[in-house]
Amino acid sequence: MDFDLTEEQQMIKKMVAEFAEKEISPVAAENDLQEKFPSDIVKKMGELGIFGTVIPEEYGGGGFDNIAHAIVAEELGRVDSSVRGIYSVQVSLVALTILKWGNEDQKRKYVPRLASGEILGCFGLTEPNSGSDAVSMQATAVEDGDSYIINGNKMWITNGGVADIAVIFAKTDKNAGARGITAFIVDTKTPGFSTRDIHQKLGLKSSNTAELILTDVRVPKENILGEAGHGFKVAMSALDFGRYTVAAGCVGLAQGCYDAAKKYALERVQFGKPIAGHQLIQEMFADMTVDIEAGRLLVYRVGHLKNKGIPNTREVCVAKLFCSEMVNRVAYKALQVFGGYGFSGEFPIERYYRDARINTLYEGTSQIQKLIIASRDLGISAF
Amino acid sequence: MKIVVCIKQVPSTEAKVQMDPTKGTLIREGVESIINPFDEYAIEEGVRLKESYGGEVTVISMGPPQAKDALKTALAMGADKAVLLSDRAFAGSDTLATSYTLSLGIRKIGDVDIVICGKQATDGDTAQVGPGLAQRLKLRQITYVSKIREIDAANKKITAERLIESGTQVVSASLPALITVVKDINQPRIPNIFSIKKATRAEIPVWGARDLGGDPKDFGFDGSPTQVVRIFTPPPRQGGEIIEGEASEAVAKLIEALSSRNIL
Ligand SMILES: Cc1cc2nc3c(=O)[nH]c(=O)nc-3n(C[C@H](O)[C@H](O)[C@H](O)COP(=O)(O)OP(=O)(O)OC[C@H]3O[C@@H](n4cnc5c(N)ncnc54)[C@H](O)[C@@H]3O)c2cc1C
Ligand SMILES: Cc1cc2nc3c(=O)[nH]c(=O)nc-3n(C[C@H](O)[C@H](O)[C@H](O)COP(=O)(O)OP(=O)(O)OC[C@H]3O[C@@H](n4cnc5c(N)ncnc54)[C@H](O)[C@@H]3O)c2cc1C
Repeated sequence: MDFDLTEEQQMIKKMVAEFAEKEISPVAAENDLQEKFPSDIVKKMGELGIFGTVIPEEYGGGGFDNIAHAIVAEELGRVDSSVRGIYSVQVSLVALTILKWGNEDQKRKYVPRLASGEILGCFGLTEPNSGSDAVSMQATAVEDGDSYIINGNKMWITNGGVADIAVIFAKTDKNAGARGITAFIVDTKTPGFSTRDIHQKLGLKSSNTAELILTDVRVPKENILGEAGHGFKVAMSALDFGRYTVAAGCVGLAQGCYDAAKKYALERVQFGKPIAGHQLIQEMFADMTVDIEAGRLLVYRVGHLKNKGIPNTREVCVAKLFCSEMVNRVAYKALQVFGGYGFSGEFPIERYYRDARINTLYEGTSQIQKLIIASRDLGISAF
Repeated sequence: MKIVVCIKQVPSTEAKVQMDPTKGTLIREGVESIINPFDEYAIEEGVRLKESYGGEVTVISMGPPQAKDALKTALAMGADKAVLLSDRAFAGSDTLATSYTLSLGIRKIGDVDIVICGKQATDGDTAQVGPGLAQRLKLRQITYVSKIREIDAANKKITAERLIESGTQVVSASLPALITVVKDINQPRIPNIFSIKKATRAEIPVWGARDLGGDPKDFGFDGSPTQVVRIFTPPPRQGGEIIEGEASEAVAKLIEALSSRNIL
């Protein structure tokens, strides 16, 4: 077993950390306050090839491994979870999913442009009436000559209002349950495709979250991703990619919380000494350290499995469950260290605390992660 | 155009560097190493010159094997080639021996049009290596360059702005030349993932004393006429005296305190 980062992983870490520090950090609070989508940052990330880190070189990426991919999510998450979310969706849910399930034409057409940031992608699985129970989705795709006609609404879609392409799941056979679902790559400029931005979120305020409204959207058959009827498998494998970067982002965000709290605890003096010297404060720091280190190891273990091409659904759920709950514990403690000052927007910890909350909800709630882990281990499904 | 950039690996400026008072050296163990901050500007300027005028950029460093990390970072920033000068024989070099060794390395690279150094290194702090190197290589030199105005490739001429205390001085020199750069010259870029990949794949040749030729007694300790007699961290400043009370009284006390110390 080797716990050292390779030279290239270290270089990626340094580069993304520098980018995050110089380009994202200075504007993160303002973007959050204004609910402003960080288009400039996305453009620069594209130019530096950051979206392409884990994409193979033949498809316009850098060909780095899955640990480097996690490190990118970690370093982005350390300063801005909204930006980390954009990265996760663009790379994990969309680009890697097209790479895994797409035919050669689809891969050549979309992946290099996703890697360079020329186009943005979104992933439309959830609906107003279908969340954890994805199989109950109501969107339909009806065959019509060389095309399918898609109707339905998709809810809470990250990048939904700014994306050029959407991976959309819809039922091609209403009576076949999970086997009746098909995945499509949909150009968001297709007539009948509209979006409505969702505002007043608790966190991730500068990331775009939208409802997608599809009314008689005509999609050519060649845009089916995977095979007709295999959409549920496509969705679940996409979540194996997505949950990995969510977990890594949680580790980064938790690190950001820790670093902010550490700086403050060493400066703030009460009872005649820096508060970092009080035992109950030290307890919180020790707890945070253990949580963050455990989470990081869980994430890198998944990266190791992914690098070897070993199925990792269970392990990625373990990492996602632990890290998403962990970051909320850490954010809570880090804010506690700030006392009243943590309750205002003066310090980034307030934003970090709000941004931590989403992680136990999306890409499968904590309850759903538990049901997947236990059903795998026990051999009995709870669904 | 053939461009050579000299870079030095130094202890991180953020790290608290401790001195070994008996040996008179820096305690480098456990201290993160970085590229001398001024040298990042030198690399960036080299890469920009290449982008404007064509040619190639070679980065060179004299140092221990781990100085390869610094060279890889330079490659990631866009340099084309890197060379490490490393040999036990180079240990203990002062600025004279460093300049000598680097000059042999640059001769071996050959046909150089412009050599770029940082203004100074943040650890040794002498700002001597650039000028020393120019002397050894018999190059014209322009130090403290804050802007390259023009390179006239046809007439082999460089025109640059120097940052001097009273303002800016514009100087022209014929090529080949050596310049040392200050931080005003540019904003070093963040490397992209493709150049990082290229850098990690690059093989960096290591040249030792034998490869460079030269006279063994001019290398390292033997070639270094200066010696560090003593090295120490100055004691932290003690808090000054605070004069309290009403302004009129306090001012009187202050005047008295200053005149009693013969300051006024
Ligand atoms: C900011 C944001 C961004 C998002 N981005 C995307 C995106 O890009 N693409 C996308 O498709 N979706 C996205 N989502 C949707 C997200 O994945 C869903 O919200 C999530 O899957 C939960 O679904 P739900 O909200 O309908 O909750 P429900 O499924 O209604 O769950 C409500 C509660 O019931 C619990 N529960 C449900 N079933 C069970 C059970 N069997 N046993 C025990 N407990 C259960 C849940 O754990 C939860 O606590 C996003 C959501 C948000 C808030
Ligand atoms: C603690 C300490 C004490 C020292 N004491 C003495 C002393 O008493 N007398 C003495 O003569 N020297 C001394 N040195 C100098 C030591 O030998 C130098 O590190 C070395 O010669 C380079 O000089 P500098 O660090 O001052 O670099 P500078 O001359 O300030 O560096 C200017 C530029 O030269 C280039 N450059 C410098 N070093 C290298 C390198 N190794 N490889 C490639 N490019 C380089 C870089 O472009 C750099 O920006 C001391 C160094 C240290 C760290």
